[in-house]
Amino acid sequence: MNNRLYGNLIFELSQEGRSGYSLPKNQFGSYSVPAQLRRKEDAALPECDEMTVVRHYTNLSANNFGVDNGFYPLGSCTMKYNPKINEEVAALPQFAGLHPLQPAETVQGAEEVCQQLCKSLCELTGLYAFTLKPFAGAHGELTGLMVIKKYHESRGDEARKKVIVPDSAHGTNPASAAVCGLEIIEVKSDARGLVDLVDLERLVELEGDSIAAMMMTNPNTLGLFEKQIPEIEKLVHAAGGLMYYDGANLNPMLGAARPGDMGFDVMHINLHKTFSTPHGGGGPGAGPVGVRKGLEPFFPEVSPYHGNFAVAMRALAYIRSLGRENIKLVGPLATLNANYIKESLKDVYELPIDGLCKHEFVFDGLKDKSTGVTTMDVAKRLLDYGYHAPTIYFPLLFHESLMIEPTENESKETIDGFIGVMRKIAEEAKVNPDEVKSAPHLTPIGRVDDVLAAKHPVVTYRQLLAEV
Amino acid sequence: MNYKYFPHTDADLQAMFQKVGIKSLDDLYAEVPEQIRFRGEYQLPEEMSEIEVRQLFDKLGAKNKQLTCFAGAGVYDHYTPSAIPQLLSRSEFLTSYTPYQAEISQGTLHYIFEYQSMMAELTGMDISNASMYDGTTATAEAVMMAVAAGKKQNKVLVSETIDPKTLAVVNTYAHFHGIEIEMIPAKNGVTDLSTLNSQLSPDVAGVLVQQPNFYGIVEDYEGFADACHNQKALFIMNSVAADLAVLMTPGEWGADIAVGDGQSLGIPMQWGGPYVGYMCCTEKLIRKMPGRIVGMTKDNRDQRAFVLTLQAREQHIRRQKATSNICSNQSLMALWATVYMSLMGKQGLKEAAELSYAGAHYLCDELLKTGKFCLVYNQPFFNEFVVRYSGDVDALQKRLTENGIFGGIKLGADKLMFAVTEKRTKEEVDNLVKIAAL
Repeated sequence: MNNRLYGNLIFELSQEGRSGYSLPKNQFGSYSVPAQLRRKEDAALPECDEMTVVRHYTNLSANNFGVDNGFYPLGSCTMKYNPKINEEVAALPQFAGLHPLQPAETVQGAEEVCQQLCKSLCELTGLYAFTLKPFAGAHGELTGLMVIKKYHESRGDEARKKVIVPDSAHGTNPASAAVCGLEIIEVKSDARGLVDLVDLERLVELEGDSIAAMMMTNPNTLGLFEKQIPEIEKLVHAAGGLMYYDGANLNPMLGAARPGDMGFDVMHINLHKTFSTPHGGGGPGAGPVGVRKGLEPFFPEVSPYHGNFAVAMRALAYIRSLGRENIKLVGPLATLNANYIKESLKDVYELPIDGLCKHEFVFDGLKDKSTGVTTMDVAKRLLDYGYHAPTIYFPLLFHESLMIEPTENESKETIDGFIGVMRKIAEEAKVNPDEVKSAPHLTPIGRVDDVLAAKHPVVTYRQLLAEV
Repeated sequence: MNYKYFPHTDADLQAMFQKVGIKSLDDLYAEVPEQIRFRGEYQLPEEMSEIEVRQLFDKLGAKNKQLTCFAGAGVYDHYTPSAIPQLLSRSEFLTSYTPYQAEISQGTLHYIFEYQSMMAELTGMDISNASMYDGTTATAEAVMMAVAAGKKQNKVLVSETIDPKTLAVVNTYAHFHGIEIEMIPAKNGVTDLSTLNSQLSPDVAGVLVQQPNFYGIVEDYEGFADACHNQKALFIMNSVAADLAVLMTPGEWGADIAVGDGQSLGIPMQWGGPYVGYMCCTEKLIRKMPGRIVGMTKDNRDQRAFVLTLQAREQHIRRQKATSNICSNQSLMALWATVYMSLMGKQGLKEAAELSYAGAHYLCDELLKTGKFCLVYNQPFFNEFVVRYSGDVDALQKRLTENGIFGGIKLGADKLMFAVTEKRTKEEVDNLVKIAAL
């Protein structure tokens, strides 16, 4: 990554009369779109030669930081290595050139990719059937909740509209429930950071026949394994609700425990987390949904074809590459890396809940709060040292949450380097807090004015031009 | 260990075990109740070398058949400039995540701003979000947005000329979200304004139409926006993105929300995905729009910078009150579309659209000349059209497939829908006609 801002927009490189494409000449005769169907003005798109375009995007990429640039301990996002062979197979023309409505006999290989992936996901999760239709984790959540709602409707159990979620849940859980026409009720966390069983018992008793499901990550967003899951599952099932597993935190469970065996009925998997497909700056990911036997007739139509098929191909390449003997090491090694960081830093960062974590854990800011250096400042200072920041201010249970997830791919040297820098920042906070509070200093841009952006939104180049 | 994705040496493990206070990896799961601990072997194949993985996918690929594509129905075989996949394979784009840390994500934020600008231009709308999953889900989100933006209105009217696959997804979302969908019957393959007027009522939050419609017809939407706005309903138009380089835009038709799929912007068909959904709207609706939005701002060094903005609408802040549960965008595919529009530019998009139009009209004329086909709708079409075949449609499709041609989409017992893009040569079209005339 280049620490000098490149900063241009493609529109600013455009010159009338230039072009960056070549198309065949019209061989079909004088057919032309009639005037009455045409737009009145051309779209003001850029006019650039090919090399200008290539340099522009190459230079833009140099102002970006990805997993291939360095350590990316973004909690809850599982920024693991994205193997190159996966990219190679996903681009194979024998797959990339297929129209989704081609006759079945011409897409047998593609069908088999989906079948093999679904079968592998069933084996790894202990569930019965998967659909690859959901495009992303949040889309998977929504799909899974639809399955649950349809299941209850099919039994004439229309009143079940409430979904229990822990107060530490991802923000998408309540949002997905709302889109699905369900209501959220929150169950408290106890002092250990786990679901408060007493509170859950109270809720189950109170809500009884209105409970549609309980939605959980396990390990939860604090990185803690919900060890009371057998009791939780019994309580919810006895009340007639189903158990939903949010697969956001599935990575540490590979080789350790399966959601199906924990008593979950429905789950989604983020292929871009646990199964190594690239995050692509925010997407495309994929959120396959798995269910226990008997629920597969309730898969809804949430997308027209086979979901993000090329993402599924990458996930299958990953599973086949690792094979059964390596895939079971993914969870333990990710968990080891997280615990090692936690133990190495807990004397200088506030660890609100001690004990074993799984693939990630949460600090509540610096231990020494007297310096005024916040979690935001620590995160920004990390950028100066060439690291991506951890997830900050989530979960909402603590004021200064700093959530660290290293993944199984990071070496001890990389992690030791990160630990060293985290300690150095803690030291800087004491001796030179202003240096930390004004960070970052070495990145292409400094801290941005979020308020200006939101108060007076400029979201297109046309609006930008009108500003000057 | 000794596996290519795991860097841990035995010495590393021992040192780390000591720090954590454990004796084995197994100890890391001490709190997991034994009854749910997975102790078995996964029933999966053993580790494969890279050579074996290549062989596996080559074998699978050989079971597919590459066809010369004359089908569309929302997915089109457009030309992909060589520079696009090469630029997109840059790790800094590929392996980053949502640009939360603006200081080290200006690459992503810049291209999303460019994407938003280009989509607004293409659709003739004020603004765009940072992209969505695909055209069908973007359309469903637009329907929910219309209902959320209105006051107590809970019904959305949908034209019968919309793609049935889009309709299926809209119906799914509507069912669970408690939105009533009412169809507007089509007349001669197009949506009828007087029928719409008779269905509009105060409880209608939005009206959804498609342009070009499912049958490839370019409809006349004159008067539709006014009719909607008179009843305080939002006018939503779904379009194939690339076609808008030439056709009257949703903005010109007076749409409040423009949505659709951006696959036509040079993205490979790849058996259904990933593609990219777009959503554009009027400035007035910006705070009702779902999805990420990138905006311009300044940094503390007084440099122009870009940042995720208006996040107060989103799920991680609003939780169950959010405008949508969407929490990311289809960034890399938005980049694909952006680089496509940068390379093709103002002229190239138009030229590709004109070539597609010319190829489709030539194919149509040649098919009619065989005497075995007739046009089903007497309406202007763009690069896709429906014909009735006097013979056995299944037998014809089989014959075409055997000759390496994906010969259109079957609609009903005796109808076929063909599409042509700038990739199809005259030779390919003539070959299709020759086989179809047999």
